[in-house]
Amino acid sequence: MELLRFTTAGSVDDGKSTLIGRLLYDSKSIFEDQLEAVKRASIRKGNEVINLALLTDGLRAEREQGITIDVAYRYFATPKRKFIIADTPGHVQYTRNMVTGASTANAAIILIDARNGVTEQTYRHSYIASLLQIPHLIVCVNKMDLVNYSEEVYERIKADFSAFAAKLAVMDIRFVPISALIGDNVVVKTDKMPWYGGGTLRYILENIHVAGDHNRIDPRFPVQYVIRPISDKYHDYRGYAGRVAGGVFRRNEKVMVLPSGFITTLESIDMDEQVIDEAFPPMSVTFRLSDDLDISRGDMIVRENNVPEIGQDIEVMMCWMSEKPMAAGNKYYLRHTTTEVRAMIKEIIYKVDVNTLERVPDGQELRMNEIARVQLRTTKPLFFDSYRRNRTTGSLILIDEGTFNTVGVGMIV
Amino acid sequence: MTDLQRKYNLNHLRELESESMFIMREVAAQFERPALLFSGGKDSIVMVHLAKKAFWPAKIPFPLMHIDTGHNFIETMIFRDELVEKLGVQLIVGSVQEAIDTGRVVEETGFEASRNLLQTVTLLDAIARHKIDCALGGGRRDEEKARAKERFFSHRDEFGQWDPKNQRPELWNIFNGKKRVGEHFRVFPLSNWTEMDIWQYIYLENIDIPSLYFTHERQVFVRDGVILADAPFMKKRDAEKVTTMRIRCRTIGDISCTGLSRSEASTLEDIIREIAALRVTERGSRADDLRSESAMEDRKKEGYF
Repeated sequence: MELLRFTTAGSVDDGKSTLIGRLLYDSKSIFEDQLEAVKRASIRKGNEVINLALLTDGLRAEREQGITIDVAYRYFATPKRKFIIADTPGHVQYTRNMVTGASTANAAIILIDARNGVTEQTYRHSYIASLLQIPHLIVCVNKMDLVNYSEEVYERIKADFSAFAAKLAVMDIRFVPISALIGDNVVVKTDKMPWYGGGTLRYILENIHVAGDHNRIDPRFPVQYVIRPISDKYHDYRGYAGRVAGGVFRRNEKVMVLPSGFITTLESIDMDEQVIDEAFPPMSVTFRLSDDLDISRGDMIVRENNVPEIGQDIEVMMCWMSEKPMAAGNKYYLRHTTTEVRAMIKEIIYKVDVNTLERVPDGQELRMNEIARVQLRTTKPLFFDSYRRNRTTGSLILIDEGTFNTVGVGMIV
Repeated sequence: MTDLQRKYNLNHLRELESESMFIMREVAAQFERPALLFSGGKDSIVMVHLAKKAFWPAKIPFPLMHIDTGHNFIETMIFRDELVEKLGVQLIVGSVQEAIDTGRVVEETGFEASRNLLQTVTLLDAIARHKIDCALGGGRRDEEKARAKERFFSHRDEFGQWDPKNQRPELWNIFNGKKRVGEHFRVFPLSNWTEMDIWQYIYLENIDIPSLYFTHERQVFVRDGVILADAPFMKKRDAEKVTTMRIRCRTIGDISCTGLSRSEASTLEDIIREIAALRVTERGSRADDLRSESAMEDRKKEGYF
């Protein structure tokens, strides 16, 4: 069984909770005691129908105020796949939360209310999905029951979205007309839209190709931890533990170690007590090299004829996560793969209006939930790729030097 | 799908395994004195197995820490001691009995009395006494709705408390474990696993688990529809009669709050089949979670597991 991680984004009225409730319920992933608890709470609050949103709102404040505060993760499985949903709320801190949920997703579900068509919110969701390089977008045209299951309405929304999506860097976009409330085309195919020849939402989720989502071309192995057993049996053992971030590494091939530039041979790929022939993302393995080199956390093992960019001047698309704004000249800790360095903000080049995708030349400071193209300078060189090429070696976070909070996240241009 | 794509693809259990090993190694790299919270339940046993894999052939580079309520199943204790012996790791025990004896905490009284809540004080004391800066826990996001919002790296202030509304953003697989003196982290490598994943993985890797998970005969009584094991310290109402049933544990915790289920499952295959057909969550029979809608969130804020 494969794992598929997807995000759902939306605000209070577009039926997101209903859709998730429907997916979980129809996949038999809601248990009786959970349903009972939701029923009890719904009655207590005077709701006439079972409020499936109560199932997903985890914190007391959320239930009391009827809002969703943070990203929540949900799990369900069908006979074909296991799914992880990053459910992100659609209110004030929207951008911050959606960026978080999108960072690990293979797919994003964009909900459009059939009565309203493509709105500013649709632009925002789709832009963030493309900025975070979610490989697959599934556009659900919801509430089809309220527009008499009209093919014309569906086709018009599809055309509007496609025109806009031409500006986005998303490779795979699917459309599906649904009614989350009634269940049309969510898990079960409806007979009310015979003009729609495609699969249900669940069918699409089960059949998207996720195998190609990882970079299998550029070998990248950030060294995470050095394993040196203190025992008689293994006293010469020196292993470099880490998770493959790109490409395919093969035993007995030549590799290069950064930053030293030494060329050596990948003598063994260890996984527990087994020696394996190949390692690829996202495997956690241990490398042994044929030469005794001085290698530590933060170094990177690559291939001689395929090295990442190496440099201290880095341009990123930055999303700001903190109430304390960012400005040019500010200094932060920067984490990238397994490295930590310090970084200074050199320039805010332009901001992006997430509702219109227009560039705004407002370069003073970057506030929470804003996105900008930013120039950074680091104290030591980083080994990186563009985020578009590799989501692991192309991403970084900024940490406040006083509070140690994560305050900014960047995708290397 | 082409053969090449199929070849370079991990199944869901291997992907979860890899993610958890990555987290364990981040903990070893980012913290000075981590410890792995070990309860003797299946989740913490899987954690130990993953830690063993993550650092092989070296020993697990942190101690196991058991918060002992004194109300344990004897099978769990034997299993714990054998495992520690086999791995050659240090075991730290935080004793709730000791906290009661020294007056740190006051034991609950009455029929519903449980030492579950008292564990929080003992846990925080043990973390402080051993200067633990990161406690690895086996919590999973599918267990309970407050847990669904928990980060992999979860920050705790100097009082050991969790602030759910002010959590650090966590993106990609970059984990920020930076903290000030006196603060610590709880790290949950199994966040993305479900109960079914745990069982399938135990089966796949042939991991030893306590016999309590398989069907056996036991002296039990029923309270509010929950089957509980009888023990000398369990106070029973007159109507609560002790009988013998064939049961197994779906979760293992303190005896006073571990609900048992009637089952004939005697192999891992039986258990997986049984879980697949079950319609109640595993915490549905945990007396500690039935106390209120926010029971877990409230305990977590105070510093619970």
